[in-house]
Amino acid sequence: MKILFTLFVYLIAPFLLIGLVNKAKALWAGRRGAPVRQPWFDLVKLLRKGEIISRTTSFVFRLAPPINVAAAVLAVLLVPLPRQQALLHFPGDFVLFAYTLGLARFMLVAAAMDTGSSFEGMGAAREVTFASIVEPAFFILLGTLALVTGDTSFADIFRSLNYSAGYTVLVKSLGTIVLFIMLLAEGSRVPVDDPNTHLELTMIHEVMILDYSGPDLAFMHYAAWLKSVVVITLLANLVAPSGIGPAGGFLFFSALFVILAFSVAAVESLMARLRMSHVPQFIFLMTALAITAFVVVLFFRYGRI
Amino acid sequence: MKWLKIINVQPVALADIPLIDIHDFRAGMIHRMHSGLRLVQFFAHPQEDTTVTLFAVLADDGQASLYVAGAKVARGADYPAVTPNVPAAHVFEREIYEQSGLLPQGHPWLKPVRKGIAGIDPSEMPYEFFRMNGDEVHEVGVGPIHAGVIEPGHFRFSCTGETVHHLEIELGFQHRGLEALMIRNQHPLYQMKLAETIAGDTVIGHGTAFVNAMEALGGVRCPRRAEQIRVIALELERVGVHLGDLSALSGDVAYLTGQSVFGAMRTQAINTSMVISGSRFGRGLLTPGGVRFDISGAMKRDILSTVDELQDKTELAAEVLFTSSSVLSRFERTGIISEATARNIGLVGPAGRASGIPIDVRADFPFGAYASFPVHAFSLKSGDVFARAYLRYVEIIQSLRIIREQVETLGDGPVSVNTGPIKGGQFVVSLCEGWRGEIAHTVITGRDGRCARYKIKDPSFNNWFGLALAVRMEGISDFPLCNKSFNLSYCGFDL
Repeated sequence: MKILFTLFVYLIAPFLLIGLVNKAKALWAGRRGAPVRQPWFDLVKLLRKGEIISRTTSFVFRLAPPINVAAAVLAVLLVPLPRQQALLHFPGDFVLFAYTLGLARFMLVAAAMDTGSSFEGMGAAREVTFASIVEPAFFILLGTLALVTGDTSFADIFRSLNYSAGYTVLVKSLGTIVLFIMLLAEGSRVPVDDPNTHLELTMIHEVMILDYSGPDLAFMHYAAWLKSVVVITLLANLVAPSGIGPAGGFLFFSALFVILAFSVAAVESLMARLRMSHVPQFIFLMTALAITAFVVVLFFRYGRI
Repeated sequence: MKWLKIINVQPVALADIPLIDIHDFRAGMIHRMHSGLRLVQFFAHPQEDTTVTLFAVLADDGQASLYVAGAKVARGADYPAVTPNVPAAHVFEREIYEQSGLLPQGHPWLKPVRKGIAGIDPSEMPYEFFRMNGDEVHEVGVGPIHAGVIEPGHFRFSCTGETVHHLEIELGFQHRGLEALMIRNQHPLYQMKLAETIAGDTVIGHGTAFVNAMEALGGVRCPRRAEQIRVIALELERVGVHLGDLSALSGDVAYLTGQSVFGAMRTQAINTSMVISGSRFGRGLLTPGGVRFDISGAMKRDILSTVDELQDKTELAAEVLFTSSSVLSRFERTGIISEATARNIGLVGPAGRASGIPIDVRADFPFGAYASFPVHAFSLKSGDVFARAYLRYVEIIQSLRIIREQVETLGDGPVSVNTGPIKGGQFVVSLCEGWRGEIAHTVITGRDGRCARYKIKDPSFNNWFGLALAVRMEGISDFPLCNKSFNLSYCGFDL
């Protein structure tokens, strides 16, 4: 089941996520929309295309797509199927997880700067600014969970969480919101970024990959989509009930996956994007909620703050 | 020195226009503009001898009157620039220098308007950008080729971080030489086609200004029914473009609901133009002497039901759009142009009205059927993206009301009359309120009864500088939103 799940995450989930979000948005807008399987076609099309590489770039530019895909692939291996062990697990694996994504981001940003384009420099600056708020919030959340359970591996943390005291419901709820905001921020969705715009001056993620074409662009897209799925998997682990078997975990993940895809689509349909200068405030919400969860744990576990 | 007082779309003999000394001309112009008149047109008309005549047309919006005067200057000479005293003249004087070689002495921003750009004529003066110095200043250049289906234009931002300190807009990439083409081939059909292409999204606006001028020069009056059909077409154009703008404004802030709902309504509006003339943009409808397509009884019912439906839907969609807090937080206090700035640089149309300048040619200088009913020039004070968006909504509702009234009261009779030859030695100013603002066509005819000068001014000519000022100290990521809130024409500027 673990293998099956991992294959599902690699081969189906990233495409399905984008396909579902786009379909739901199209239906909301009163259009029929592209078929849900369109992202597969798009990626296959890109893989079969030739590439144009700017003469101003160096090896950094070429290196970023494979490293991004490799990092995303590794991140998937570290995240367990709900209530199961991950394929790779060891104490402190969540630190490796966070820095795997960090490495991918570093390469993405470095490659964007490598092109020398002023747009891509601006996109890189925005990406790094916002990531520097997302990352600490993520660590505070995981640190809180580790504190609750006393474990330091993803699967152990999430398993023990269910057998802990009642106040963990509060921690779980706060964690759910934190991870949902992380899904929007890391997945470059509204209200942080706009995946559909053609206006370079307003982009964050899209502008950093403007110079890529063909297979390299396909890699960049794939890595970005896979990253969103990884965040969803984490969320599924956090909220999954105990006592479900591997098949139950898979089923639970799938249901949550569809719900989240529609939630993202709902956010994108119903609200405008934030002003760029207001985005940090929105992401700081993650930090605030994660710290609240931390304080809750301190209070209930140690009786004092 | 007395300037000649004239009325919109009423020709006067060229000989009646006072030709005064350039210094008196300049002083009179500055004096009049400082006492509240507005610059409508200011251009050079090269004569057959070795002189150039400068003409200026000033508008007294409250009195429905225009003031015109001319000044003779030797070709290749220079004259003291008006711009230092009247900033609104800056782009007109740049154009004068480019078209006639008269150097406006003391002009602070003497850059090419169209020529010398994009290799049209490299021997012309090169374009030099304003530069900001400093370690933290970075420049971002966008265009002239853009992503998406957008006309060409180059935008250069000087920023510190995300904040824009200065935006310089270089246009001229689509210069076609329209004013010269209007003179070269004077077949009315050819001129009509050219007028329709001055700005592709203002077919009826520029077309109306052209046919009004030609009818005035030919001494014919277009039948009442045709005048009404022209009003219906012009207002339909306004409704269509404004709806499209509201859709695009929603799209720029990633507000999917507004983008799709207004986008769908725009199609309904421009399809109504197609019902009348066979073209969604109204091409081929206007002709000197009338219109080429009549509105039948069945068409009337069609238009009325569409208008009712559009009104209901627009009110509903606007309520959703303008009460959405996420949208308002993007629109409000973004890209502000104060009233003082707007008056200084001479903003016209919805952009000017959003900054508190209640001018509207339909209200101030009524032409055609507009003379028979009142039009209120709406204005707002805040001068931000919200004001420019909300004003569009208000104007859509106003235009739908006008269309309904005109369709219901459509008179009987023919829709066109024959036009005679145009009179020689005349000067006519034809103003029309297109959806973007004041369109001005000035025609001077020679003694042989042919056009000697056809001067075109699209509202974009006044307003592009407003966009440059609107984004100052804004985030660079808000530029597309500010840009769309003005929605200016590139080809209408480039001519």
